[in-house]
Amino acid sequence: MIKAEGVSKLYRLGQIGTGTLSHDLKRWWAVTRGKEDPYLKIGVENDRTKKATSDYAWALKDINFEVKQGDTLGIIGKNGAGKSTLLKILSRVTSPTQGAVKVKGRIASLLEVGTGFHPELTGKENIYMNGAILGMTRKEINRNFDEIVNFAGVELYINTPVKRYSSGMYVRLAFAVAAHLEPEILIVDEVLAVGDAEFQKKCLGKMGDVASHGRTIIFVSHNMQAVQSLCKSTMYLKAGQLQDYGQTSAVINKYLSKEVKNCLQRSWERSDAPGNDVVSLLSAQIIPRTDDSDVILISTAIDIEFRFVVHKEMDLCLSFLLYTTSGNCIFNVGTPTEVLKPGEYHSRLKIPGRLLNDDIYTINLLFVKDTSVIVYQVEDLLTFEVADEVRTAQWYGKWPGAIRPDLDFSLL
Amino acid sequence: MIEETLGNDADNWDILITSRRSYFDFNIRELWRYRDLLMMFVKKDIITVYKQTILGPIWFVVQPILTTLMFVVVFGNIANIGTDGVPQILFYLGSITMWNYFSETLNITSKTFTDNASIFGKVYFPRLILPLSKVVSGLMKFLIQFALFLIVWLYYLLIKKSISPNVYIMLIPVLLAAMAAISLGFGLFITSVTTKYRDLAFLVSFGVQLLMYATPVIYPLSRIHHHRIWLWLNPLTSLFETFKYAFFGSGTFSLPWLLYSLAFTAVLLTLGIVVFNKVEKRFIDTA
Repeated sequence: MIKAEGVSKLYRLGQIGTGTLSHDLKRWWAVTRGKEDPYLKIGVENDRTKKATSDYAWALKDINFEVKQGDTLGIIGKNGAGKSTLLKILSRVTSPTQGAVKVKGRIASLLEVGTGFHPELTGKENIYMNGAILGMTRKEINRNFDEIVNFAGVELYINTPVKRYSSGMYVRLAFAVAAHLEPEILIVDEVLAVGDAEFQKKCLGKMGDVASHGRTIIFVSHNMQAVQSLCKSTMYLKAGQLQDYGQTSAVINKYLSKEVKNCLQRSWERSDAPGNDVVSLLSAQIIPRTDDSDVILISTAIDIEFRFVVHKEMDLCLSFLLYTTSGNCIFNVGTPTEVLKPGEYHSRLKIPGRLLNDDIYTINLLFVKDTSVIVYQVEDLLTFEVADEVRTAQWYGKWPGAIRPDLDFSLL
Repeated sequence: MIEETLGNDADNWDILITSRRSYFDFNIRELWRYRDLLMMFVKKDIITVYKQTILGPIWFVVQPILTTLMFVVVFGNIANIGTDGVPQILFYLGSITMWNYFSETLNITSKTFTDNASIFGKVYFPRLILPLSKVVSGLMKFLIQFALFLIVWLYYLLIKKSISPNVYIMLIPVLLAAMAAISLGFGLFITSVTTKYRDLAFLVSFGVQLLMYATPVIYPLSRIHHHRIWLWLNPLTSLFETFKYAFFGSGTFSLPWLLYSLAFTAVLLTLGIVVFNKVEKRFIDTA
């Protein structure tokens, strides 16, 4: 059971060194006179998109929550949201600047696999070493030794120094030790990113086991898949503050709709519409065909609609290009070329669900005359993110490929 | 009745993580629970040092033998500093064995935080375990070297019959404990004050070398005739003199100064632990 009360953490930005001594002295002077630490007041919100206005930033600000014994808690948020800081505080690697965390039961934390592994020691010696560092007694390790070796699949190499292990074996052994910890509370950072699919499956299965034995798990991840399947409740951090805390799927939805920088709609008045003396664009809009408002999942079909004005009669077509943020063009489709008289027009492109992979996409729109001359184009017109769905398989890695079509593929 | 239950509830937490911690919040029970870890660190230190060497642990004794020969040539014969009638080899070997334990333990414990930042940043265990393990693994090495010293000592005692040890030999565990505590106390203090400002760290290894000359290691205290009080103020002095007195029957034994050393040691170690405990919580933010 864990109870956090007003946990905050202040970090100094920039170099430690010049200027720190004078700040330390001021701080010490204020505190000895019984006054408040002057630097606690000037900390700013940890927002990486803005330039820092102060030398101090709150990595965490006033976090309150409670985790009951046997709960599985996920922590999600973008980079810099304070997830790692919170984990470090919970695992007692560092202490909060303000506030307190109360814990009942033993904590073991896995912020990294293989902490304390020494390359010169054998697999067996490292199991004892690593186990002891993670808080196991010799007795506990003895009891689990065979199981650890089995889990890691390194029976043959147990008396070989780990520096001769392949990186896969090394990681498997390290995780195996951690997986056999028997604390009441297990804190896990994104260690699942390592290892092959089979091993990932084993790890998640093991964590599920641990959770079902009434032990508490706190799990930090960028991987919504893993969080969704493993955690009952989830905490969403943003810029060091607690945005939401509750049932996992609701929190994940909130996270996706808040953090995804979608630009789904733009429109202009006729007077300031982008364009030239041939065409001008009035509006562009992405309409997800789902009840779930803003979130576009890989299964969501979307309509993209444009309104534009033609000023001169000509043979014209609209050409649509879809790019990923890394700049790869996924596809290009065009309307049939037609003779368009001056006036307002409306067009719609339908993208079915189960075509795009989970990624962030941008749209370029081209107006093409006589099927060859670009008369006007708008780049980065709209941006949208396609989010992954909950997968049924026990594998949560990034799905490869530019597209993810739902094709018929089966044994005959 | 209700208040009592509330009180109980508040005391029910096993771990409290806050920014404040009193200076004397020193959890011996927790330290004891991690004793297996301490033994693992010791084992690692000993196993890994001479892995992939042919001579292995023999290197532990090669080092003091060569240093002793060097000292015999330089200090004994060229500089002609006396040894109070004790055979030179025995005198230097004993001093070096003792001094090495002190200086190596101090050097390594004074780098506890900087050397182990990566482990400390990833996992919690009582930080004191690490410097303590260095004290113990240093002791293992010391015991091997001390065995060498004992062989040489027995040779001079039984065959050459040129030294006259006395009952104060029984004090050797006390001397050792005091040496360990002084080096640990200094080490803890230094590593704590150098986490944020590294300046002092540059002084340490250099300072330890200087300290050797301020301690009767390569010369007997009896050679110093003026201002001897300054040497006595060095807490190591009486330890070395008691050692020589006990094993060779030649040093200067002074009970008041020995007690002074022990008191100094106790204070230093307490101070070291207090400062270390204070620093360990925030260290990772400034490392």
